[in-house]
Amino acid sequence: MSWIAECLSRVTRPMRLRLRRTVTTLSLTALSLTALSPSVLAVEYNMPVGVTAVSREIHSLHMIIFWICVVIGIVVFGVMGYAMIKHRKSRGAVSASFHENTRIEILWTAIPLLILVVMAVPATATLKDMYDASESALDVKITGHQWRWQYEYLGEDVAFTSSLATPREQINNTATKGEHYLLEVDNPLVLPINRKVRFLTTSADVIHSWWVPDFGVKKDAIPGFINEAWTRIETPGTYRGQCTELCGKDHGFMPVVVEALPEAEFDEWLIARKAEAEAALNDAGRDWSLEELMEKGEKTYATICASCHQPDGQGMPPAFPSLVGSAIVTQDIQAHIDIVVNGKAGTPMAAFADVLSPVELAAVITYERNAWGNDTGELVQPAVIKEQLSQ
Amino acid sequence: MASEQPRKAVLQASESEGATAGGAHVGEGHGSAPRGMLRWLLTTNHKDIGTLYLIFSLSMLFIGGIMALVIRTELFQPGLQMVQPEFFNQMTTMHGLIMVFGAIMPAFTGLANWMIPLQIGAPDMALPRLNNFSFWLLPVAFLLLLSTLLMEGGGPNFGWTFYAPLSTTYAPPSTSFFIFSLHIAGISSILGAINIIATILNLRAPGMRLMDMPLFVWTWLITAFLLIAVMPVLAGAITMMLFDINFGTSYFNAAGGGDPVLFQHLFWFFGHPEVYIMILPAFGIVSAIVPTFSRKRLFGYASMVYATGSIAIMSFLVWAHHMFAVGLPLVAELFFMYTTMLIAVPTGVKVFNWIATMFRGSISFEPPMLFAIAFIVQFTIGGFSGLMLAIAPADFQYHDTYFVVAHFHYVLVPGALFAILAGAYYWLPKWTGFYPHEGLSKWHFWLSVIGVNLTFFPMHFSGLAGMPRRIPDYALQFADFNMLSSIGAFLFGISQLLFLVVIVKCARGGVRAPACAWEGAVDLEWSVPSPAPLHTFEIPPQTRDGQIIR
Repeated sequence: MSWIAECLSRVTRPMRLRLRRTVTTLSLTALSLTALSPSVLAVEYNMPVGVTAVSREIHSLHMIIFWICVVIGIVVFGVMGYAMIKHRKSRGAVSASFHENTRIEILWTAIPLLILVVMAVPATATLKDMYDASESALDVKITGHQWRWQYEYLGEDVAFTSSLATPREQINNTATKGEHYLLEVDNPLVLPINRKVRFLTTSADVIHSWWVPDFGVKKDAIPGFINEAWTRIETPGTYRGQCTELCGKDHGFMPVVVEALPEAEFDEWLIARKAEAEAALNDAGRDWSLEELMEKGEKTYATICASCHQPDGQGMPPAFPSLVGSAIVTQDIQAHIDIVVNGKAGTPMAAFADVLSPVELAAVITYERNAWGNDTGELVQPAVIKEQLSQ
Repeated sequence: MASEQPRKAVLQASESEGATAGGAHVGEGHGSAPRGMLRWLLTTNHKDIGTLYLIFSLSMLFIGGIMALVIRTELFQPGLQMVQPEFFNQMTTMHGLIMVFGAIMPAFTGLANWMIPLQIGAPDMALPRLNNFSFWLLPVAFLLLLSTLLMEGGGPNFGWTFYAPLSTTYAPPSTSFFIFSLHIAGISSILGAINIIATILNLRAPGMRLMDMPLFVWTWLITAFLLIAVMPVLAGAITMMLFDINFGTSYFNAAGGGDPVLFQHLFWFFGHPEVYIMILPAFGIVSAIVPTFSRKRLFGYASMVYATGSIAIMSFLVWAHHMFAVGLPLVAELFFMYTTMLIAVPTGVKVFNWIATMFRGSISFEPPMLFAIAFIVQFTIGGFSGLMLAIAPADFQYHDTYFVVAHFHYVLVPGALFAILAGAYYWLPKWTGFYPHEGLSKWHFWLSVIGVNLTFFPMHFSGLAGMPRRIPDYALQFADFNMLSSIGAFLFGISQLLFLVVIVKCARGGVRAPACAWEGAVDLEWSVPSPAPLHTFEIPPQTRDGQIIR
């Protein structure tokens, strides 16, 4: 600190006072920042401690093994540095002739082995804990899709998809990026705190991986497999993660957002959500106008279809064909319904029967048949889709 | 020994030429020996083929490096600026494939071709025509691979690990070409490995026992067995992909009763030994350089050999640590966690041995030694993060984040690549007859060290903070670390141009090197003139304890 004092003594007295005040304010701000938000500072460059018992255990394992590595590193690089300084030819060092030493060789095989055994004990305990998904209070099935997550509350008749909510303009740098850029979704997964929640992950297309760092949960979502993971969140809040298995073009654009609510609030939310689902189901039975369907269809298209077929319907051939004037979209309406509902085997075109509601399916098909100059004037009623789905 | 006659014919040609450096004049004035392109196309000489491998590998390093710079440019700031996600994915995939199969592996094969016969006192590789064939397969394979970038739908975009079904049902149409090119590269590797084993086991100079061989020869012998063991597994896996894509089978397609996880087991059963294929020869190079510039015998030669052997055997027992998050049963997780932790022990032994070699030596810091020391430090850092990744519960947080990217780049770039550079600086006097320019070499070293650490060290932090790998755009909290990485990548990339300058200068002239170019170098390659004449050890030298006694 002496150089600061020296600098200070050189400036004139009023300046010195002003400087001192600034320095005091700055250091106070820094201190209070450190005191108020240690977690914020830690998250920026280290693994988050998280909000579950498991995530805390993982964090402490991470820190233990990290410090073990640091200590070994200091010893090893220390000896190496010592040799590089002391035993250099330019200092007149003459090389010794030893080239083996059984005792020391056994020692530096045995000591690392011992450290590893010590490390393996707590790691095994944590792993066992992470694998025990029994006696859960709530089961959520998580299905990965290119490129969104679908959540089903098993036994509760509540299901929805969760897609990226960051506007395209922010990604293309034509709008200022928001605080949660790329880590925000339209429908977050809502979970209760203090209850054991079991996740069942699977996929409808390629392999994805569902990760929330604050829970210490990461599990691959694999087509044809159902994987298990669990968590018990301790603090209400919003937790963000991402897909961590390369799953194609928009792998970087399928975030996970979980909203953890206190138990009572969660129960209320679940009841409200069930009522909503029921209302939507009844809504599917009525007659919809072209305008209504087009309006809803445009929204659905933007969140679900636009990532492949592009906002202007031009697609990206050959993987993602153009919808503008294409035969399927402008001719046989039944073929159009079929490909959207059931997908097309052997291509990236997925089946949307389980992802979208009858209203959304009808709306998006209607939209595709009338947007970008397709102008067929044809519309599909949700009731028709609903009937076909139930067959 | 099929090429006994042609070799003699070329021999006559070379005798009058004496020690010619790069080879520009070789064949001049001799109607019988092919000239120009044809000479390189038809050569069966291990030194020529070694040079071809090294030049090929260097050009792949630059092509793969340019792809890395495309990636780093896109990741310089959040948002999509330069490339779209589909092209970004092609870049990450091609960068990985080219660096692994096109740059690192052929560089080691090139060094093996040049140095193994010289280090064991053999006149050439045991199977010279096969040697020519296995090299010329490589340009074919990689031209084919690169050409997929120009095909409809683009090149491979599913990561260098090409997990099914992203690489089968959901892959671009060019995938069959990618598979074919990998088949060709795989055949090249297998043939090269057979040749190396045949050479080492049959052509050692009289009196040279296995335990007298330099460690570079030992590590390559073991690497060659690894190659023969795992390349067919890769070939099998990609053939199954080919069938899934073109012939309607469902090996990896769940909808047809197949198993996507099976692909990962097959891939990593190849992939993990592959990791050691890319590092064991590096251990060999460093084990040659550290004693030379410490002017002291390698500490624990026997334990080095045993450590290499046990690493190789254990490399078959750890593959599923790449798959901790796929939902393996608990018992499997525990097994692979324990074996992975165990593999740190022999690896540690190697590091300790190098340091014990330096300890109480008489150390000097010529460019090869600088790169070798940097290798030891940086490889050990990669080893530490590897140990952290081995802890299965923690791996759930690290897996598929930039922490992993930092880990394997530390092992492969400041690790394997630095060892290759160290080897190049070490043996350039033997290849060209001139020392590499000392000043430029040191600039190259320091800029590379700064660049490589600036690139990859911040990735530890962005990974721990939660940044997944293989994403073209990222959340704002990762911005600072990514900017640092990008700056480092450009520094590292551009400083490799210096390496190019050093090589070209060194091939053209400079300070002349004697037969034994480095004080303290003892292996057999230093007993032949610098530059090494086209043919060496025509008459096998008599050796004892690895030294010529005549």
